[in-house]
Amino acid sequence: MTTKRPRSIRRRPLPVVEPGVPAPASLRRLGIDTTDWDYLVALAGNPNTGKSTVFNALTGLKQHVGNWPGKTVARAEGGFEYQASKYKLVDLPGTYSLLSASTDEEIARDFILFGRPDCTIIVVDATVLERNLNLTLQILEITDRAVLCLNLMDEARRRGFKINHKRLQRDLGIPVVPTVARTAHGMPELIEAVAGVAGSAIETQPLRISASGQAARALEELAAAIEAAYPGLPNARWVAMRLLEGDKRVERAVASGEFIEFVEARERQPAGTRAAE
Amino acid sequence: MATATSPAGGQILESAERLRRGLGISFRDQIVEAIYEDARAIATGAVRQARPAGPTWDAKLDRILTSRIWGIPIMLLGLAVVFWLTIVGANYPSQAIALVLFRIEGAAVALFDAIGAPWWLTGFLWHGVYRGLAWVISVMLPPMAIFFPLFTILENLGYLPRAAFNMDWLFKRVGAHGKQALTMSMGLGCNAAGVIACRVIDSPRERLIAVLTNNFVPCNGRFPTLILLGIVFIAAAFPPSLATFAAAGSVVAVVVVGVLITLVVSWILSRTALKGEASSFTLELPPYRRPNIGQILYTSLIDRTLFVLYRAVIMAAPAGGVIWLLSNVVVGGESLAGWVSGFLDPLGRSIGLDGVILLAYIIAIPANEIVVPTILMTYTGAGMMIEIDSLAELRALLVGEQGWTLLTAVCLMLFSLLHNPCSTTIWTIYKETGSAKWTTIGALMPLATAFIVCFAVAQGVRLLL
Repeated sequence: MTTKRPRSIRRRPLPVVEPGVPAPASLRRLGIDTTDWDYLVALAGNPNTGKSTVFNALTGLKQHVGNWPGKTVARAEGGFEYQASKYKLVDLPGTYSLLSASTDEEIARDFILFGRPDCTIIVVDATVLERNLNLTLQILEITDRAVLCLNLMDEARRRGFKINHKRLQRDLGIPVVPTVARTAHGMPELIEAVAGVAGSAIETQPLRISASGQAARALEELAAAIEAAYPGLPNARWVAMRLLEGDKRVERAVASGEFIEFVEARERQPAGTRAAE
Repeated sequence: MATATSPAGGQILESAERLRRGLGISFRDQIVEAIYEDARAIATGAVRQARPAGPTWDAKLDRILTSRIWGIPIMLLGLAVVFWLTIVGANYPSQAIALVLFRIEGAAVALFDAIGAPWWLTGFLWHGVYRGLAWVISVMLPPMAIFFPLFTILENLGYLPRAAFNMDWLFKRVGAHGKQALTMSMGLGCNAAGVIACRVIDSPRERLIAVLTNNFVPCNGRFPTLILLGIVFIAAAFPPSLATFAAAGSVVAVVVVGVLITLVVSWILSRTALKGEASSFTLELPPYRRPNIGQILYTSLIDRTLFVLYRAVIMAAPAGGVIWLLSNVVVGGESLAGWVSGFLDPLGRSIGLDGVILLAYIIAIPANEIVVPTILMTYTGAGMMIEIDSLAELRALLVGEQGWTLLTAVCLMLFSLLHNPCSTTIWTIYKETGSAKWTTIGALMPLATAFIVCFAVAQGVRLLL
């Protein structure tokens, strides 16, 4: 395995979101009302990074917040309205990876893969960024529509960490918003970034995992074949990775043509014009 | 969904198969390594440690709270403090609420008599339905309103994963999953919630063990029973200055017995029906966080206290009516309650209880909360209109008239800890396992355990005395 830096990940510069933007007056928390949504937004992240706190801040709901990993084992749903668009927000169970077969990881993964969120908010704990980036990178293989919520910034500051979020944003290729969800600090900026990604005003260019050697060659070959078969599939590389690992669920999805439906659905209904099912 | 293989999909699967053969098993490791490598590179680029990280106060605190020697004693002490505060704090409000609610009953009965309502209507509505409600509210509301906020504070501080860490080695020994300690903590609130929380356990074998044994942690519906028995019987055996400590200690002892039974049953399961090795896992100790008071009050009072109380009230009203009917419908010179409890009595006596208690447990299958009210209403239901608004009167009824002893109280505490889960929990087990077989085992195995343990205790004590 090489230890070289990942290939150049310099991208079209993203609009950098500066903290301190006045709260958007047009945010309306809709609580459990998730009817007629325009955009579907998923909340993912490691356990105990504050996903449920972000969820509550955005929806105005009182989803139970605990301080232990694994508290949210099912998905919770809520809604908010921002600049005349309605968003349905789904709080996924916290997981460390998307590679194993436990129920909570499957719920999270299947939702990002088949639920086709218009934006996935990846909530990370700024005090243990490196560990949290493992999941972030896996999510970015599945979806290119993501925003990184760099949460618990107060905690990180208290421990003497300085985090260069602009550089992080450049490296990851998705908007990065520093937040303290408990005090709602950074929430306006987060909503703006989410609206930008969901509404395609912000174009993301997410970093892809840099495999090397024989694995990389196999991966590229299979990904190319998948892309040729299903042009427009945003996560061909990820599907290839799963197939090379022998993931039965993804094998079934490929065999049954679930991915064709996926691509066709995308083309038929560009994000943002979807009505509630 | 189409089950036939699409042509393009088939081709892709074939190429995947071919490429996979060439790769060997190290592919996954290579990908995982690549992910770690990228994450490290990005984090190194973006994060700078401004101050050198010395051991922070949380690290020092963790060293004490999760120490091999002090970890478990501190945990038990913390539990004891929570119960002690609950017992001391709930005593007076409980009596005050009972006083008011039973006055209302008296006034209402007088009013019904005055307007000439038929005796059965007065009895059914006020001595049945209303009395059941009054009991549940006065016995349950104050302890819950104290216990839940305290428990939620511990949860928000981040103590639960530390508790799980302390118990991990125990669970590993018996072939179960260390996260079972977390699911048990949730069971302290409500077993149905505890069963759902078992989803955090990856391996199906270990998850099933955690689901089946969750019932052995007393839920909030059972705490009032345990606390009441602790106060009336256990505390009475100690001098007054130590009474509340003894009551709190007895409840902690019951929880410890529950944990021991959990370990024993997990051990038996992982060596028989659910054979296998314990899997290892990473448990992150989250940073200690300052609890948010508003959030705690909301979660503990609205989400938990009112939710549990609402459920209890819904169950208590019809149960009160059923008990009144059972006590007042007379067949062959004996009430229905009398027939059933008489039939159950020999079985009840053999495990240190009596027929009425077993009858109460049958009526209380929908909700454990109503066991004590059911017992009392069955004892007093048939015509004897005594009002029990103080613990002294309660003691007089149970000990003086019904012949309860310390052994009865201990057996009832154990039975309450171990018996079958409530119907909500059974239904949740079914939804989580999707298996009628495991649901049946989840319901009957605890019941059998309760009978075996209570029988052994009752017979053992009778032999010794």
